[in-house]
Amino acid sequence: MTSMGTTGFEITVNIVKTLLVFLMMVQAVPILVWLERRGSAFIQNRFGPNRVGPLGLVQLLADAVKFLHKEDFVPDKANRFLFYAAPVFALIPASVAYMAIPMSVPLILGESKFLIQGFDINVGIVFILGISSLAAYTILMAGWGSGSKFSLMGAMRASAQIISYELALGLSIVGVIMTYGSFNLTEMINAQMGALSFSGFGYGTTIPWLPNWGIFYQPIGAIIFFAAAFAESNRLPFDLAEGEAELVAGFHTEYGGFKMLMFFIGEYGHMMIASGLLATFYFGGYLIPGITPDEVYQFGLGTFGSEAAAHIFNSVAHFLMYNVKFALFLWIFIHVRWTLPRFRYDQLMDLGWKTMLPWALGNTIVTSIVIFCAAYFKF
Amino acid sequence: MPLGGVIFITLFIAVFGVILIYLARAIGGVAKRTSAAKMEIYECGIEEIEKKDTKVSVKFYLTAILFILFDIEIIFMYPWAVNFRDFIATGSGVAVFSSMMVFLAIFIYGLWWEIKSKALEWD
Repeated sequence: MTSMGTTGFEITVNIVKTLLVFLMMVQAVPILVWLERRGSAFIQNRFGPNRVGPLGLVQLLADAVKFLHKEDFVPDKANRFLFYAAPVFALIPASVAYMAIPMSVPLILGESKFLIQGFDINVGIVFILGISSLAAYTILMAGWGSGSKFSLMGAMRASAQIISYELALGLSIVGVIMTYGSFNLTEMINAQMGALSFSGFGYGTTIPWLPNWGIFYQPIGAIIFFAAAFAESNRLPFDLAEGEAELVAGFHTEYGGFKMLMFFIGEYGHMMIASGLLATFYFGGYLIPGITPDEVYQFGLGTFGSEAAAHIFNSVAHFLMYNVKFALFLWIFIHVRWTLPRFRYDQLMDLGWKTMLPWALGNTIVTSIVIFCAAYFKF
Repeated sequence: MPLGGVIFITLFIAVFGVILIYLARAIGGVAKRTSAAKMEIYECGIEEIEKKDTKVSVKFYLTAILFILFDIEIIFMYPWAVNFRDFIATGSGVAVFSSMMVFLAIFIYGLWWEIKSKALEWD
């Protein structure tokens, strides 16, 4: 338990912080749902929710109240334990995995140092991949527990899709790990500090107007990771888990009310993990382009004159930067959903196994050859 | 490993979820059994069909087996990838690089064979 702090003050702050990160995630879901409905409406040239509260912002609160008043329905054929356990377990993988993503520079208050993330894990990538792929069990629990053949078939499809794209996702990260030589997300972000600089054939070039982001080293890996993340979170164009004509609502056909809402929190949680990881791996995480955290700290020190205020300013500035990138990727997730048509199931599996997996493999091989040759032939 | 934090938040979320479900059950109430048809599973307007009869394509099973094989191979690359630069720096780069290329060749052969034997065809 030493990681939670040594003094009572540190332990208390760390526990409160962990809860805050979780509540932030849960609270982000209504905003995202609102953004999705509102954004889709504008993309399709209609209004969307605009009656309840300003701009329809209170719509989701009204929805939650409605969900609470729905009667609690379990079909006779259902396995009651699995039926109730599935929505609860849907919350866990997404939330626990999101805790491991660093959101800002550590906040230093006097002797204590607080990380702006749930917990710092030295094998961050492995932890996040391991925990978030437990979502496949949730889907199977819901599908089998419902006792309906639509649920079961939807669950089979969804889990087969998730595990197929997990291969491409896992393999696209190997290039990232090789580039940074670390599993730790904070170390990866620190490696992306400064201006972009390449060196080759005895010459070195620095491009001062570009940040040293991972996407310039791993462009193909970034594309594969991004596409696989859509499939992992069951979003369109890969939302084969549900289909009005063939599968009704997929694995949550029998669910309604608050249990349904919990599946949604899980799904949006996976979108948030994907956005956070995309920002961390390829877009410098919480770093502000062109400015190092130390310069931000010095600026804060000059402006506010006290160290504590400068540290708080530093953390808040980077937290805002992280959220800008995070929100941008979440918006891309939403925009893609309302732009692209969906795949057929065999096309989906072909794309995962026969296109993305070989490309990810090629990316790994090319990355390792470049690193190897750069070290041995000094070019 | 911050195991304490992980266990704490996992238990907290589980309790949070259970409370949410009980809250919804307490406010909304349990579904009243007004008719037998209400408690049936969803079906497109006909008599419900027994779940135990549901047949699932064997392709899903095949996909899962292949996933386990390939995922273990990919996980095996992780420790290699994270130590690759260190190995080059300590001078054992050639051995580590060539052995992983052999491993990748077997991986690619496996993938090629799997595609060729039509294990991934969905029809």
